[in-house]
Amino acid sequence: MATMNILVAVCFVYVAFLFFVAFAAERAARQGRSGWLRSPMVYTLSLSIYCTAWTFYGAVGYAARSGMEYLTIYIGPTLVMIGWWWGLRKLVRIGRTQRVTSIADLISSRYGKSNLLAIGVTVLAVIGTTPYIALQLQSVTLSFSVFADAADKSGGMTDMDSTALLVAMGLALFTILFGTRNLDVNERHHGVVIAIAVEAIVKLFALLAVGAFVVWGVVGGVGEMMARIDASDIGHWQMRGDRWASLIFLSAAAFLCLPRMFQVMVVENDDEGHLRTASWAFPAYLMVMSLFVVPIAVTGLDLLPEGSNPDLFVLTLPLAMGKEGLAMLSFIGGFSSATSMVIVAALALSTMVSNHIVMPIWLSVTGGGASVSGDVRNVVITSRRFSIAGVVVLGYLYFRVSGGGTALASIGLVSFAGVAQLLPVLLGGVFWRGATRTGAFVGLSVGFVVWTYSLLLPSFGPDAVLSTQILDQGPFGWSWLRPQAFFGIEGLDPLVHAILWSISLNGLSFVLASMVGFPTPLERLQGAQFVNVYEHSTTPQSWSGNAAQSEDLMIMSQRILGAREAQTLFEREAKRQGVSGYLPDTTPDFLQALERALSGSVGTATAHAMIGQIVGGASVSVEDLLAVADETAQMMEYSSRLEAKSDEQARTARQLRQANEKLQQISVQKDAFLSQVSHELRTPMTSIRAFSEILRDSERLSESEQVKYASIIHDEALRLTRLLDDLLDLSVLENGQVNLNIQSGQLGRLLDHAIASALTGSGAEGFVIHRDSVLEAVRLTTDLDRLSQVFINLISNAQKYCDADVPELAIRVSPRDDRIVIDFVDNGSGISKEDQAVIFEKFARVGAMRAGGAGLGLAICREIMARLGGSVSYLPGQGGAAFRVILPTSQAMAAQ
Amino acid sequence: MSERRSPLFLERQSYRGRRLVDFLRILPLLGGLLWAVPLLWPTGEESTVTTSEAIIYIFGVWLFMVLASAAVSFFLRRSGLSVERKDG
Amino acid sequence: MGKRVLLIEDEPNIIEAISFILSRDGWAVATHSNGHDAVDVVEEAKPDLLILDVMLPGKSGFEILRHLRENYGPQDLPVMMLTARGQLKDREMAEKAGVNRFMTKPFSNAEMLEAVRELVAS
Repeated sequence: MATMNILVAVCFVYVAFLFFVAFAAERAARQGRSGWLRSPMVYTLSLSIYCTAWTFYGAVGYAARSGMEYLTIYIGPTLVMIGWWWGLRKLVRIGRTQRVTSIADLISSRYGKSNLLAIGVTVLAVIGTTPYIALQLQSVTLSFSVFADAADKSGGMTDMDSTALLVAMGLALFTILFGTRNLDVNERHHGVVIAIAVEAIVKLFALLAVGAFVVWGVVGGVGEMMARIDASDIGHWQMRGDRWASLIFLSAAAFLCLPRMFQVMVVENDDEGHLRTASWAFPAYLMVMSLFVVPIAVTGLDLLPEGSNPDLFVLTLPLAMGKEGLAMLSFIGGFSSATSMVIVAALALSTMVSNHIVMPIWLSVTGGGASVSGDVRNVVITSRRFSIAGVVVLGYLYFRVSGGGTALASIGLVSFAGVAQLLPVLLGGVFWRGATRTGAFVGLSVGFVVWTYSLLLPSFGPDAVLSTQILDQGPFGWSWLRPQAFFGIEGLDPLVHAILWSISLNGLSFVLASMVGFPTPLERLQGAQFVNVYEHSTTPQSWSGNAAQSEDLMIMSQRILGAREAQTLFEREAKRQGVSGYLPDTTPDFLQALERALSGSVGTATAHAMIGQIVGGASVSVEDLLAVADETAQMMEYSSRLEAKSDEQARTARQLRQANEKLQQISVQKDAFLSQVSHELRTPMTSIRAFSEILRDSERLSESEQVKYASIIHDEALRLTRLLDDLLDLSVLENGQVNLNIQSGQLGRLLDHAIASALTGSGAEGFVIHRDSVLEAVRLTTDLDRLSQVFINLISNAQKYCDADVPELAIRVSPRDDRIVIDFVDNGSGISKEDQAVIFEKFARVGAMRAGGAGLGLAICREIMARLGGSVSYLPGQGGAAFRVILPTSQAMAAQ
Repeated sequence: MSERRSPLFLERQSYRGRRLVDFLRILPLLGGLLWAVPLLWPTGEESTVTTSEAIIYIFGVWLFMVLASAAVSFFLRRSGLSVERKDG
Repeated sequence: MGKRVLLIEDEPNIIEAISFILSRDGWAVATHSNGHDAVDVVEEAKPDLLILDVMLPGKSGFEILRHLRENYGPQDLPVMMLTARGQLKDREMAEKAGVNRFMTKPFSNAEMLEAVRELVAS
């Protein structure tokens, strides 16, 4: 059992080493020394999680069984990488500009931020990935058992289940530790990426070591090796052309669509330039990885006893040759292939599950949005962690339930075909503006159903899920619907059959449904953003929310990003805007940056919704624009960009029209005003001129007539002066040029003075004024002269226009909170409702109220009160005419 | 090159860049074609291609693809056209 | 007995002035000071000349004149209009309504007297 113990120890040391590497990388990144962590080579190596334990062990087994066919699995991705300029470059650009967190996020974001679609993709990804995780667990367990067998020939198997469980727990722990350290994907997972880069080197080195040992150590050179290969069972080219072609296609598709590949290729990508290096370096990696597969397979078939599992030749061959050290290295290589795959797959899937399933549910359960109490950040992290554990546990359960037998081995390609169903929707979304959400739904559903029916269910074997009868005769005896021979087309390889039908039906229904329906504005906007990403990759979304509250956004962001990150982000944005402190203006740029930062934690759809909630309807946002566009969407044939533009133009036109109307209104008002002024000036002048001519030309005027006419001239001249004074006063007040002369005084005394001025010489002997001297004992600090002017105006108006037999005026003072209210109420018949609306307008004179004023008095009062920070208004329903003066207390203080 | 910093020189460089990208676009198609050649090989009883020959052919194509891609990537980086961002 | 002039005007001082000027010249001057019932007053008083202010409480001079020209019997009643607004627009409106003479305030007494004489004589 010594070997077994050493093995366990090596495992522990290796895992500890990984933890250390990841931890060191995180530390370096935190200290800003992350340059080397993000080199193109690290990026390339991180892509190697494509090569899982299925590759490491399984490729040899595959070659031993089917010859060269295993190469298709590597040729597909090679073609994708070499063709990076076509597709990957665009995917990466989109992923970076849209701050995409997963393939589900990308697809949901493209199709109008539809979360339902994201859920669909997530479910598909989980179904497609779970067996694969189980496969990794199985490979680790099997490799353990190889050593156990070697160490203890007589003894039974080690407890496979407990090994798998231990491995699963360790992996989940690692992923949780380094996958959820920080939420902002902007900072990405340095630790994880470095760890899997190291693992990439380990597994490559291990496989090369075994290969070199076999070629030069066992066989003795390349020539000899080639001869042996040709002499073996797989010595001649035997290939089904359909499988060759469709497997290359399948692996290429899976390479693009696998959640874990998307994670390292797009989400963790730091620099588009890295693709350039990876475009040759990764194919080189794949080439080297697959170089020694056939030699190992052939040698294994030659040397190992009949019936040995070819899937484990990489391990058993060195063991059989007595090279325990090499076997140990090989074991570590397989172990690292398995662990890196599980770590990244769990990370990618958990992001999807958490963002698209857990968070939306949580948000809706808790009342949604950003205004919820509690720490969203904790919820997100917890949900991520549980999701990671859930994904790994799911893989373990699958492993247990499936029994870990050979059934698992074939699941690799089945799984590939499952995730490849995302390809039409993915490529359509990136290259075709016409792709719609409905199309994506239909395509994905069709693909999923066909894949399940024709490949997944039959893969469990006859009578496991689908009965032999269904397999042979179709459901309900419909032979055209036989799972492995649709429409009676027989003779196809089941896998090829399934790929052909599922992808083509998927793509076809996707395209057709897209063409039939009409996309929503958001879809069209996003579609344009994605398809034309190179044209406007700097403006992925346009918020314009000046009404948004920076502070609210800050509160929300702190909950999601954590206080420190949120504050740093806000401070940086504020600095960029040239604003001091932590609260930047809510410019579209800032909102965009924030949305991206948030979407790293909660997904684009949720982030958009959250900011939308705070920014709200008060602003002119894209959502407003869309709400408008939505109603007319059926009629619009222009692209969403044009829509936005024409909407903007319409808005500008509307504003111009409004401005124009206003100008016209002002012009009309000005005309009316001039005409009024002219009237008011000419009227007294008419009297003055007429009577002065009379006085000049008439000899036979009596003394009393002379006096009377002279005094008319005098009165009218005074009236003119008053009018000019008022006009000047009003003009000064309206232009805001007035200088307030702030003084302190007592309200009562001010009223005394005003009453004296208003009534002196007006012949108002019978005019009774009611006052309350106690309430009037208030000290005011304001422009007393101006206030007095208002009071005089109101009192003399009451005196002039009150039509009661015994005219009375009540002056009531009442303090209100932070204001003081002074009412002037007379006992006349008041002012009619229509007139109330206009009495404060210039030259508005009501009914017969023409006793000498030019009709500017109340207009002046209103202006004065506005300058004093208060108001004057008509108070209806008081019996007589009533005016209310309100003065703020900030300038009026109690006398004591 | 000994050319001065003239518009001609710059234009030639960006022209080069364009053609490089053209080559880059063709490369995967070429790879697909070359790797489709094995479809023409006879299989079954009359199979005449030995596995070692197949290995040499397929890996030869592979090596060519890697080298071609590396060359393009190298020149692309020099041409400055590329993907706008600095390379790390 | 002199010809009768009806003056519809709301400024008491202007009423006083015009009354003085015209009555000294031998005219019988009747006055009225609002627009509401001006038409009735004209129909009742049957003046030889009507002097009409434009801005009257109740009804504008234009409206009164238009109404008179449409419904009032003696279509040849000479009408003189006075306005203090002095805008071109007002003169056009007055002519449209059928005014015989349009005067802008302030006017000279002689001018007024002459205009009145001319209108009645023609």
